[in-house]
Amino acid sequence: MLFDVAIDGKNFRLELNRAEGRWSCRLNGRDVEVEAVLVRPDVLSLRIANRAYEVKSERLSNDLYLWVGSSRYSVEIRDPRSLRGRSRSTENQGPKKINAPMPGKVVRLLVQEGAEVEAGAGVAVVEAMKMQNEIKSPKKGTIQKILVGEGAAVNAGDVLAIVE
Amino acid sequence: MFKKILIANRGEIAVRVIRACHEMGIAAVVVYSEVDRAALHVRKADEAHPIGAPAASESYLNIPKILDVAKRSGADAIHPGYGFLSENAKFAQACADAGVKFIGPTPAAMGAMGSKTRARQAMEKAGVPYVPGTSRGLESFAEAEKVAAKMGYPVMLKAAAGGGGKGMRLVHASEQLKSSLESARSEAERSFGDSEVYIEKAIVNPRHIEMQILADEHGNTVYLGERECSLQRRHQKVLEEAPSPIVDAGMRRRMGEVAIRVAQAAAYTNAGTVEFLVDQQKNFYFLEMNTRLQVEHPVTELITGMDLVHLQIRIAAGEKLPFNQDEIQVRGHAIECRIYAEDPDNNYFPSPGKISLLLQPEGPGIRIDSGMYEGWNVPIDYDPLLAKLIGYGTDRDQAIARLTRALNEYFVGGIKTNVSLFRRILRDADFRAAKLDTGFLDRLLKRTEDKPDDSKAGAVAAIAAGMFAALAGIASALGNGAIVSGPVAANQTESKWKGAGRREGLR
Repeated sequence: MLFDVAIDGKNFRLELNRAEGRWSCRLNGRDVEVEAVLVRPDVLSLRIANRAYEVKSERLSNDLYLWVGSSRYSVEIRDPRSLRGRSRSTENQGPKKINAPMPGKVVRLLVQEGAEVEAGAGVAVVEAMKMQNEIKSPKKGTIQKILVGEGAAVNAGDVLAIVE
Repeated sequence: MFKKILIANRGEIAVRVIRACHEMGIAAVVVYSEVDRAALHVRKADEAHPIGAPAASESYLNIPKILDVAKRSGADAIHPGYGFLSENAKFAQACADAGVKFIGPTPAAMGAMGSKTRARQAMEKAGVPYVPGTSRGLESFAEAEKVAAKMGYPVMLKAAAGGGGKGMRLVHASEQLKSSLESARSEAERSFGDSEVYIEKAIVNPRHIEMQILADEHGNTVYLGERECSLQRRHQKVLEEAPSPIVDAGMRRRMGEVAIRVAQAAAYTNAGTVEFLVDQQKNFYFLEMNTRLQVEHPVTELITGMDLVHLQIRIAAGEKLPFNQDEIQVRGHAIECRIYAEDPDNNYFPSPGKISLLLQPEGPGIRIDSGMYEGWNVPIDYDPLLAKLIGYGTDRDQAIARLTRALNEYFVGGIKTNVSLFRRILRDADFRAAKLDTGFLDRLLKRTEDKPDDSKAGAVAAIAAGMFAALAGIASALGNGAIVSGPVAANQTESKWKGAGRREGLR
């Protein structure tokens, strides 16, 4: 089995094969002695040359993460033979969405459409779990559009406003 | 002794009280809102009654509905936990009127202490040292402006009915006063149904130290030692410990005696906590009295060997305190971490959702009071406290070492939690040196921590990723669909591991 794995954006080529009850593993072309047991869903007990690791897997919305000890790594795992290019989103260019980071209720809007805002300026206040949280503009610009009204219930990821 | 106790709460504290009931041979009745049908307290109870919509005002704050359940179930006492109705004197009175014992102080004592402004008036009379400020609610913005100018900034605005940092604002300069007053008032109104706000001189970088007291209904009052609660974020306690590293036996006795005077001034009964602000010269000022069981009560239990919930129930049943002041000894050191469903990478926003994986620490000196379980969906409707992790040791260093070890065993998957924050706090040099004050956490969070770039660990993660895919793939080839990684989301998408593994396996 051949995998292209990206860990926090860094690429690894991994070959894993199993024969006669043993794993053979090559990582970026180098042999590594490994053995592993899936002790329960999402928990892997991994040995690399007798060093023991407990690795946890977690999925948050559509992203995959692995936890080695208490460090978290984002993971992308790809079939190396598919030639899908990776798209990179362009940072701070053009209009940017301001999303609700959690489900809750919009209790206050702090700006109006057309307002000039600095990066980090408050745009709306969302209340969830009894706490009021100020949602800030990710960049300096003009509030192009506001998509929610005061009192609206929002889900995590909903677009509250667009800043250009 | 009571036969049946109704617990008017949810989350970890409801579970905590159920356990005490069961240990004492008492049946536990709980209430739950629509979103809490699958909550842990419902699973652990002997009887569970639905009481309505998720909004607290429709359920856990609804006095008629709760009393109706008490009546129907035949409960002879009600434990209110903390938060919700626990400090509501009207509720305590309604219980008394309905012939159900309220496990807590009398309505009169709560009335005297529940309103922070009235408590200050009572303390003024009893000669207890307190922070300068108004002992009455502010009438107007003009009055706030006048008082603040006279005392000098910074000042603190506080909800008279408040607690847990709700309706509380630190104001550094006069131009912030108006908006702070408005937001404190509206938050107080929303959280407590009472918009009364008063003003206090802000003591800069104080310690927050509180004294646990117990009073029976026969005139005996004792103190059980202090808790250091200086680590706060947005005035919400995050980590508490007992004893306080700066309090010696003499200071403990002085604070304890003032706490007893405070309690006696209000003819207080049952468990209560007297909060003090302590300045850099170790002067202590009465802040307020919390007329309920505190979230952080376990640290006191561990260093005194007492079970506060058992004692609350026994006191409410009319028993005398089974010990006197001289028999109470402080031994060892305990530290509590409040595990919240919030995202440390995103300004500690609440992070509700389904818990896909839960690995809990065990072993020496570790106690967990939890309201969560794997597979449970954390609702957005309530406070985000999930569990309390408490470490105990013969001294502070050992408690820290055990807690650090336990935090490395703790894993909550599927939602974000503040577990990583505690790892950071516990390895901080100032924390280890016990240099604490209420500004500690804000300062810690302002510093960005440089993450060691460990490329070797990345290689471990890469191998693990392949192994997950390979093993899940093998399992699926064998028809074992049970081994599928990832949380079972509402839209059940196929495990990415399994997908990758199967594609490879078929080749």
